[in-house]
Amino acid sequence: MSSSHARLTAAGFTSQIATVARKDLEIEARTGVAAGRMVPFAGILVVLFAIALDPDSGLLPRLAPGLFWIAVLLSALMAITRSFALEREHRAGEGLIGAGLDPAAMFLGKAAAIAVELLTLELLVGSTMVVLYEVSRPGAVIVAACLLLASAGIACAGTLYGALTIAGDGRDSLLAVLLLPALVPLMVAATRAFEIAVDVGTGTATTWVGLLGVFAAIYASLGSLTFASLIEET
Amino acid sequence: MSVVGGFPVLAGVDLDLSAGEIVLLTGGNGAGKTSLLRVIAGLAPVTSGEATAFGYDLARPPRAHRGRVVFVGGDAGCYEALTVRRNLELYAAASRQAPAELLGAAVDLGLEVQLDVPFGRLSTGQRQRCALAIGLARRADLFLLDEPHSGLDERGRDLIDRTVVDAAAGGAIVVVVSHELERARRIATAEIVVSGGVCGSKKEIS
Repeated sequence: MSSSHARLTAAGFTSQIATVARKDLEIEARTGVAAGRMVPFAGILVVLFAIALDPDSGLLPRLAPGLFWIAVLLSALMAITRSFALEREHRAGEGLIGAGLDPAAMFLGKAAAIAVELLTLELLVGSTMVVLYEVSRPGAVIVAACLLLASAGIACAGTLYGALTIAGDGRDSLLAVLLLPALVPLMVAATRAFEIAVDVGTGTATTWVGLLGVFAAIYASLGSLTFASLIEET
Repeated sequence: MSVVGGFPVLAGVDLDLSAGEIVLLTGGNGAGKTSLLRVIAGLAPVTSGEATAFGYDLARPPRAHRGRVVFVGGDAGCYEALTVRRNLELYAAASRQAPAELLGAAVDLGLEVQLDVPFGRLSTGQRQRCALAIGLARRADLFLLDEPHSGLDERGRDLIDRTVVDAAAGGAIVVVVSHELERARRIATAEIVVSGGVCGSKKEIS
């Protein structure tokens, strides 16, 4: 048997994850396709929310946490679709796995790259909202933990469901139908944590941040275990 | 290796190939040559019947099977936005080989000048060479090459032929589908005619 498909060491597995993440981020840096779609889309949503809810009504600062995560979730669909479009290109993903890349490393690497893209978007959207919606400055620790864990959760769940669309035979539209309902618990937890961080909610933020961590861990484990069979089935 | 099938387009296929053989598959368009290669590579589904290679069930080929087989044909398996060098480095990381092995194969196939050019800007022939460099640099027991000569100039074709002969001399099995019959027969040790999804008997080439 070829050594390329022998069992990976932990260091080798980590190295393959980093290789995949770097590859996706490098392609995005060179092409800017995902950013070119996500940023304008999220920007338009932020402005539309502001127009629809009347800035003088005082609703915007209270609803900002929920609106923020809706804008992020909808924009994330574009990053996930783009991520899997790359793998359909000349069957490159199939080629790498055929050459010995661990499917779990591909899953985690792609999820890591999507999470980095989402974090960048969240910082842009969040900064815009703080200024435009006159939101009080949030607590940095809660927000940082929330952004990291929610981005990881969205990216892991998105990569898992994105694998179903890898064949590209009209199943792209299924991504939103499958993924958005699955992300409802994450959206609720992230919104509650943000509400507490900007002083419009009550309760303990750490409970919600903890839930985000559990959500991300579940989807990271589920994806690592099932990604190989999912992409083979599609 | 044996393949026993009952595929929609490949009924009654039965092949026995030995290490070091270079087998040329010939036949008209739509005869099932590429389908046969994809089934053996574990890339096309076996919907009914039985198919095995190296003892592995091709209906659900395990990763170990893919590690022993290289399929080169059709899709290059490369990312358009990345340079040839970065694509080769990715495959080196995936197959746990030294990048120099794949880069060396690309240079041997005449891609030295294109190493830092994005794959998307390569000509058809250069893409084919890149795919061949990735495939042929891998350590595998079975190489399945679908039209390896297409899009290549004379020098590129000679390089492919030498690489194929070297792989077989190293104990690998090579199955080639090529419409460059005269050239392919010069390196092949056996020929099988595929017609209507059925393989004829294997004829040795002296």
